[in-house]
Amino acid sequence: MVHYNRFVLDNGLRVLVHEDSSTPMAVVNVMYDVGAKDEDSNKTGFAHLFEHLMFGGSVNIPEYDEPLQRAGGENNAYTTNDLTNYYCSLPAENIETAFWLESDRMLSLAFSKKSLEVQRKVVCEEFKENYINKPYGDVWFKMRELAFTTHPYKWMTIGKELSHIEIATIDDVKAFFFKHYRPVNAILVVAGNVTTEQVKLLAEKWFGSIEKGEKYERNLPAEPVQTAPRKLEVTADVPLDSLVKTWHIEARLDKGYYVADLITEILGGGGSSRLYQALVKEKQLFSSLDCYHFGSIDKGLLAIEGKLVKGVKIEEADAAVNEQLLKIQAELINDNELQKVKNKTESVIAFEDMSIMSRASSLANYELLGDANLMNTELERYQAITAEDIREYSRTIFNENNSNTLYYRSKN
Amino acid sequence: MLNRKKSPAIIDTVELNLQLKPYTKFTLDNGVEVYSIHAGAQEVVMVEMVFMAGNWQEEKNIIAATTNFMLKNGTSNKKAFAINEHFEFHGAYLNRGCQNETATFTLHTLGKHLPKLLPVMSEILTDSIFPEDELVIYKQNQKQRLSVNLKKCDFVANRLIDRYLFGEQHPYGKVSSSEDYEAINKEDLVAFYNQFYTNGKCIIFTAGILPADIQEQLNNAFGGLPLNKAPLPTKVYPTIPTVQKKHQVTNDENGVQGAIRLARPFPNRHHPDFTKVQVLNNLFGGFFGSRLMSNIREDKGYTYGIHSYLQNLIEQSAWMISTEAGRDVCAATISEVYKEMARLREETIEESELHLVRNFMMGSLLSDLDGPFQTISRWKSYVLNGLDEKYFTNAINTIKTISSDELKQLANKYLNEEDFYELVVI
Repeated sequence: MVHYNRFVLDNGLRVLVHEDSSTPMAVVNVMYDVGAKDEDSNKTGFAHLFEHLMFGGSVNIPEYDEPLQRAGGENNAYTTNDLTNYYCSLPAENIETAFWLESDRMLSLAFSKKSLEVQRKVVCEEFKENYINKPYGDVWFKMRELAFTTHPYKWMTIGKELSHIEIATIDDVKAFFFKHYRPVNAILVVAGNVTTEQVKLLAEKWFGSIEKGEKYERNLPAEPVQTAPRKLEVTADVPLDSLVKTWHIEARLDKGYYVADLITEILGGGGSSRLYQALVKEKQLFSSLDCYHFGSIDKGLLAIEGKLVKGVKIEEADAAVNEQLLKIQAELINDNELQKVKNKTESVIAFEDMSIMSRASSLANYELLGDANLMNTELERYQAITAEDIREYSRTIFNENNSNTLYYRSKN
Repeated sequence: MLNRKKSPAIIDTVELNLQLKPYTKFTLDNGVEVYSIHAGAQEVVMVEMVFMAGNWQEEKNIIAATTNFMLKNGTSNKKAFAINEHFEFHGAYLNRGCQNETATFTLHTLGKHLPKLLPVMSEILTDSIFPEDELVIYKQNQKQRLSVNLKKCDFVANRLIDRYLFGEQHPYGKVSSSEDYEAINKEDLVAFYNQFYTNGKCIIFTAGILPADIQEQLNNAFGGLPLNKAPLPTKVYPTIPTVQKKHQVTNDENGVQGAIRLARPFPNRHHPDFTKVQVLNNLFGGFFGSRLMSNIREDKGYTYGIHSYLQNLIEQSAWMISTEAGRDVCAATISEVYKEMARLREETIEESELHLVRNFMMGSLLSDLDGPFQTISRWKSYVLNGLDEKYFTNAINTIKTISSDELKQLANKYLNEEDFYELVVI
C-alpha cells in the first residue's frame, strides 16, 4: 500500500505527496500530459527533442543541471508515445532547489537558439546510435507503420525520420511549450523524506503563480478495427532472420489490458513460459524469443519477436508460433499456470515499489490515467482474472484478422 | 515578490555525516561467511552467493561463463523447465553472472517464499548434470547471439580495448569466439562445476526484510555443503598490452557512427591514488555536468553521451573514456578529449567547480546508499576487493578535502595522451 496526499493548486497543477521518512532523499517528479502521439505527423520526434530542450536553461535560470548538482542532486527525463516525465532526486534538506528549478522551467524556457542547434545534433546521434547503427534497429519503425494506419502510435517516440528533427524551429518549440507545458497539463509528485505541509507551502510558493494555461483537449484519430491480416517482408544486412508479430489489444484501463498482460507472461515471461519452452527448447526454431506489450495508454500492441535458428524457414517458425496461439485459445490454462503468472505480478509490483523514485513516477502515471489510487488496486484487478478470461481474450487478440506479421530476412 | 533568479539556500552536502550501515556477519556450519543487511520497506529479500569461479580459474576459454550460465539447466531430479517453473511460480528471480575473479548465483524473492527456494538452490549447487541436449542448444544460441553482437560497433570496441590493455590471454582481455563455443564439452563443465561450485569457495550476501530465522534457513540450505574446504589454485597472469597504441577498425562499411574508446592502465583500489582519481574522473567525464559531457555533448553535439570511468576490476584497473559519435566527427571528438586532458594538466580547477563536484559526489553517494540492496552491494564490493569501512571513510574524506593542486598533479601523472590506447570502430 502506497500512501499519498493529493491537492490541486488554483492553476490546476495536481500535486501528490508520498511521505517516507526512512530515506534521507527526496524525489521531485513532474509529468506532462504530452507524448509523441500528440505530434504533427510531419514533425514527429518533437516531444522527445523538446524534452532535451527542457535542460537548456529557463527564463530566470541559465543552467538547469548545475544548481541541482551543487545541491547534491541528480536528474533525468524520458518521453514515451503517451507522456513526458522529468525527475530529480536530491538530499531531502535541499528539496527547495528542485522546486525552484522545476517551477522556473514550467514558467517559461529561455528558448535558446544555441540549445536547439546542439540538441538537434545530440538527438540525431541518439537516433543513429539506437536505430540506424544497430542491426534490426528499424524493426519497430516498420512494424508500427504496418500495425497502425491512423492512430499516431504509428511512429516512434524518436521520430519517423532524421529529417523531421532537423527541421524543427524555435517557433515550433515556443508553440509546443505554451500548448502543453502548462500547470493544468502537469502533475507534480514529491516523495521521500518530506511532509505534506512542507510540500504545500513550497508548491504554492514556486508553482502557485504560474499561469494556468489552457487544458489540452486530446482528440486523436482512433485506429479503425483491423479487418484483415497484414504482412510485410524486408531483407536487411543482418546475421539472422527475425520474426515479429503484433496484435492490437485494449487500452490501459480496460480489463482486456490486464488479461493481455498476463497472456504475455504465460507465453513469454521467463524460462518456463510456453513459447520459450516449446519453440526455443523443444523444437529449437528460435534462438531467442520474447512476448511483451508496450503498456500504452490508448489501444496498443502485444508483440512476439524472435530470432530464428539458422536454417529454419521463417514460414515454419511463424506456423509454430501460431500453433501455440491456437492452443491458448482452445484450452483453459490450469490453476497452477494461472497462479504462477499472478504470483509473478505480485512480486514485480513489490520490487518496483522499492525505490521512492519508482513510487513517485508510478503515482504520477496513475494520476495521469485518472486516479492515483489505482496504484493500490492494480493487484486486485490481476487477481480477479480467470482462466476463462484468458481463453476468451486470447481468441479476440489472436484472431488472424487482428495480426501483423513482419518477416525480417537476413540477406546473407 | 518571489525572486526566481536567486537559488534557495542549500545545505552543503559536503557537511553531511554519511554513514555506511554496518552489516551483520555470521558463519554457516561449514565456515561460509554471510554478510547481511536487514532493512527496507518492501517484503523482498536478495540472497547472493559469490563463488570464486570467474574466468580467472578456467583452463579453456568461456568454460567459466558457460558453467555459470548452465547452472539452471538441470539436476538429476529436475529438468531445466522444472527449475525455471519452480522459481517463476513463486514470483522469484534466480540469476547468475560470471565475472573475472567471481561468479554469482543470485535469488530475488518475496521473503515468504525463501523456504521453498533455498533448498532448490542448494540442489543446483550439488547436483547439476549439464545435460548434453541443453549444451547443444546453448552453443547454438550463444553463437547466434555473438554473430548479432559482432555487428555492433560498441560491442566490438569493448572487446578490442580490453585486449589492447591486458592482452588476449589475460582474463580481462580474453574474448569469446564461435570456435570457443564449438570446443566446449560436458566434461569441462562438470569438472569446473565440481571444483569451483560444489567444492568451491563461496561468500554469501543477503539483504532486505530478512525473516527472523534467516540464519537457520541459510544454514539448513548451504551450511552442510562441502564449500571452502580446498584452497583455490593460485594463478598469475602477466599483462601483455599491445605495442601499438592507436587503432582504427572498420566493422561496418556503412556505419554512421564510430565507437570510440580511449583507455590507460590504472592501479587497483588499494593504490592511494584510486579514491583521489575518482574525484578527478567525476570532474573529467563521470557525470552529466562533467567537462567531457559539457564540451562534447552539450556544446558540440557530437554524441548522445560520453563517459569516463575507472573499470571495476579487482586485480588491476583501467581508466576508460567511452562514447559513440557521428562518423564524421570521431576525429574531432578524440581531439576534444585530449584538449580536456590538457586543460586539467595545465589549468588549476576553480574552487566553484570543485565544490560542485564534491557536492554532487556526496549527494550521489547518499542516494547510492539508500536501500538494503544498495548498501549490501557496496559492502560486497569492499569484501571482494579486500577493503573495509576505512576505505569508505577515506573516500568521503578525499571527496571533502582534495585540493585543486592535488588534482592537477594527478592529471599530470595520469592524463597524458601518450599513455592512452585509442580505438575507433566504425
